[in-house]
Amino acid sequence: MDLQYTEEQLMLRNTVADFVSRESPISRARKLHEDETGWEAAVWKQMGELGWLAFPFAESLGGFGGQFVDAAIIVEELGKALVPEPFVASIVTAGQALALAGNEQQQQNWLAPVLAGEATLAFAASEADNRYHIAERAGTTLDANGNGYILTGEKVWVDNGQAADTLLVTASGPDGLTLVAVEADRDGVERRTVKTIDGRRAAIIRFNGTPISADHIVGNPGDDTVALVDRVRDLGAAAACAEAVGVSQVAFDMTVEYLKTRVQFDVPIGAFQALQHRAVDMFIENELLRAATLAAALRVDEDDVSERHMAVSAAKKQLAVGGKFVAYQAIQLHGGIGITEEHDIGLYLKRMQALGVLFGDEAWHEARYADEPAFQAR
Amino acid sequence: MDLSFTPEQETFREEVRAFIQEAMPPHIREKAEKSGQFTMDEIMEWHRILYKKGWVAPHWPKEYGGAGFDAAQRFIFTEEMALAGAPGLSPFGLSMVGPLIMHFGTPAQKERFLPKILSGEEVWCQGYSEPNAGSDLASLKCKAEDKGDHFVVNGQKTWTTYGQYADWIFCLVRTDSSGKKQEGISFLLIDMKTPGVKVVPMLTIGGTPAFCDTYFEDVEVPKENLLGPQNGGWTLAKALLGHERTMIGGTGPLLRSLNNLKRIAAECPDGQGQTLADDPSWRRRAAALEMRYRAHEMVVLKQIAEQQAGRQPGPEASIMKIVGTTLGQQIDELTMDTMGLNSLNWFNDPPAVPPLQEWVGSNFCYNRATTIFGGSNEIQRNIMAKMLLGLPTLKFQAS
Ligand SMILES: Cc1cc2nc3c(=O)[nH]c(=O)nc-3n(C[C@H](O)[C@H](O)[C@H](O)COP(=O)(O)OP(=O)(O)OC[C@H]3O[C@@H](n4cnc5c(N)ncnc54)[C@H](O)[C@@H]3O)c2cc1C
Repeated sequence: MDLQYTEEQLMLRNTVADFVSRESPISRARKLHEDETGWEAAVWKQMGELGWLAFPFAESLGGFGGQFVDAAIIVEELGKALVPEPFVASIVTAGQALALAGNEQQQQNWLAPVLAGEATLAFAASEADNRYHIAERAGTTLDANGNGYILTGEKVWVDNGQAADTLLVTASGPDGLTLVAVEADRDGVERRTVKTIDGRRAAIIRFNGTPISADHIVGNPGDDTVALVDRVRDLGAAAACAEAVGVSQVAFDMTVEYLKTRVQFDVPIGAFQALQHRAVDMFIENELLRAATLAAALRVDEDDVSERHMAVSAAKKQLAVGGKFVAYQAIQLHGGIGITEEHDIGLYLKRMQALGVLFGDEAWHEARYADEPAFQAR
Repeated sequence: MDLSFTPEQETFREEVRAFIQEAMPPHIREKAEKSGQFTMDEIMEWHRILYKKGWVAPHWPKEYGGAGFDAAQRFIFTEEMALAGAPGLSPFGLSMVGPLIMHFGTPAQKERFLPKILSGEEVWCQGYSEPNAGSDLASLKCKAEDKGDHFVVNGQKTWTTYGQYADWIFCLVRTDSSGKKQEGISFLLIDMKTPGVKVVPMLTIGGTPAFCDTYFEDVEVPKENLLGPQNGGWTLAKALLGHERTMIGGTGPLLRSLNNLKRIAAECPDGQGQTLADDPSWRRRAAALEMRYRAHEMVVLKQIAEQQAGRQPGPEASIMKIVGTTLGQQIDELTMDTMGLNSLNWFNDPPAVPPLQEWVGSNFCYNRATTIFGGSNEIQRNIMAKMLLGLPTLKFQAS
């Protein structure tokens, strides 16, 4: 066991933190609430040039051979200032799906430009009817048609769906669950940009009999793809937790600072023991979230599926319990000012809320955990 | 003692239900059944409809034009209104300043203000909080100088809910800075149209301009608008906080959001071919909240009975505020969870979720305020620890 970050990892954290404070203070995220894309190509390009987008990929793919933990460091730091560039959608979920299951040609076409900061991806698996069971159920269909296929169905709340160059879409095909790469500007792809609670954008995407050629099928349809999507879901959930660690940390820091400066009854309100205890509880929940997330980040790269499931679900549960506790109390202890749109603390509440439902919510992860044979073993 | 309603009370329930059925205009009904969210115009339209029926103030005595309902009738009335999803009326006149005027006002003040609160001709807002006087309300600075037959008011109020729609504001102002903070405060009724009053709406985290900054610059207020004794405003403020607590902790909105929760669950796929309403673990989570609601409802009923017997709300009212608001937030949280990814929706822009789900996200955010306003839940606990439990205070502990 080794729970120390390496020199390189510490450096990576510092570089990302520096970049964020210089290039993307929270005011930038706020400004982008008004933007239809929700993020900026120039900043994405910069991230590519800094090499962050290549971190978690194997050297054979032009990456640095990093682990998920490295991606988690980046995501956490971006989370602190609510940086909206589509790192998770492009690098963690859709990107890893291509890295794990794509062939060389596919990786060349769709992944390489992403690593360079020249393109982005989206993982389109959620539908109005499948809730969080994205590996188990797809109403979108892939039907054989001549030499190729046609894709029909609708995906909802697709993270970065509004802007991605290529979509990785799950569908029920002739051989079971199938992952299909679809260039977003194709005929028969209809994208509707929707606003989300955290001021960002997502897309509802319809495929109206979109023609798909066989070389756009990623990996082996059937059991392999079920396992792949299940893994991608865990990667996404672990990334949501990593981001939540950043969100929770800042919400906590802002609150402690406020407790020291806000005066009522002639004393800083942090002098009231009721609030001291609350702040300590926030600190505890924040540390539990950080710890559970580190476990998830380490396990998510492992081949032991059961260990992976349990570590990720435990972290996602702690996001829902502890991460949200921190966010709620951050608002509460700010009093009226915390309810104004103008104050930043509300943005952290909203992002935490959104992270809570991405890649399985509390109830879903609890149920999955309870179903694990390793949990049930006595 | 008897918990079931008498045949007469059941008849009354039928009467209320039939009235709502008949009197609610179609455009209000449509919203009542869907988003449950109303504009100020619609709220005032419903206010006038109830006024005509004589039911706009169920809790006011008949002599002031109230409905004169007894405790049970009031409970039934609230429940039926909530079940129908009827607009919640603006509380500032009917539930806040109105009862205070009845209690502390001169005959002339009663005659001047009460009828127009009832009719809805004059809409009120509350000017208590200031940027540096929230929980520590007594440290307020907004100043009213005594000029013989009138006061001149200068200063700022903040978080004024719906100040932009109000004709009148009731304010706590400082009329004396020489002695104890609490002893130099007066209660003023101020016409918002007076020169020097400026209202600046602000957005809340719920995305709507639900409150305002209110500024006063050399605002002249006639002496006849002083409610209660000069420098005696703190007594009125405290009396009002008691009412506010029971009001905020009331059952109507909770019942409505529990109903919405169930209706939403019935339209949310569980991802395995059924809806969430079919999922036993979801049902347990929802049942747990409804069971707590039942206990809360009984506390409220007892509280109404106390008031009915002529007793002022005591520190026990804090129970209602604390339980009602936290339960409301838990219902909001479960509703968001129930919606799954649809909970990402923000004002259905463009339409992406069914109408019933459209406002849930906004309300979830805004309702974080319920544990802050009307005396924060921390302050309620302080009051209970001191007044109800009689626990000792340290010298440095305030309030
Ligand atoms: C949506 C909304 C609508 C409102 N509408 C109105 C309105 O119409 N009119 C009006 O006058 N006001 C209104 N308010 C203001 C509201 O009453 C105040 O926000 C509230 O009294 C808290 O004051 P504050 O915001 O200054 O917070 P603070 O008093 O600064 O409190 C910050 C935190 O410290 C805690 N705290 C403070 N003192 C203590 C203590 N002694 N012990 C333990 N904890 C403590 C509080 O509970 C809170 O968590 C509204 C507020 C909101 C959010």
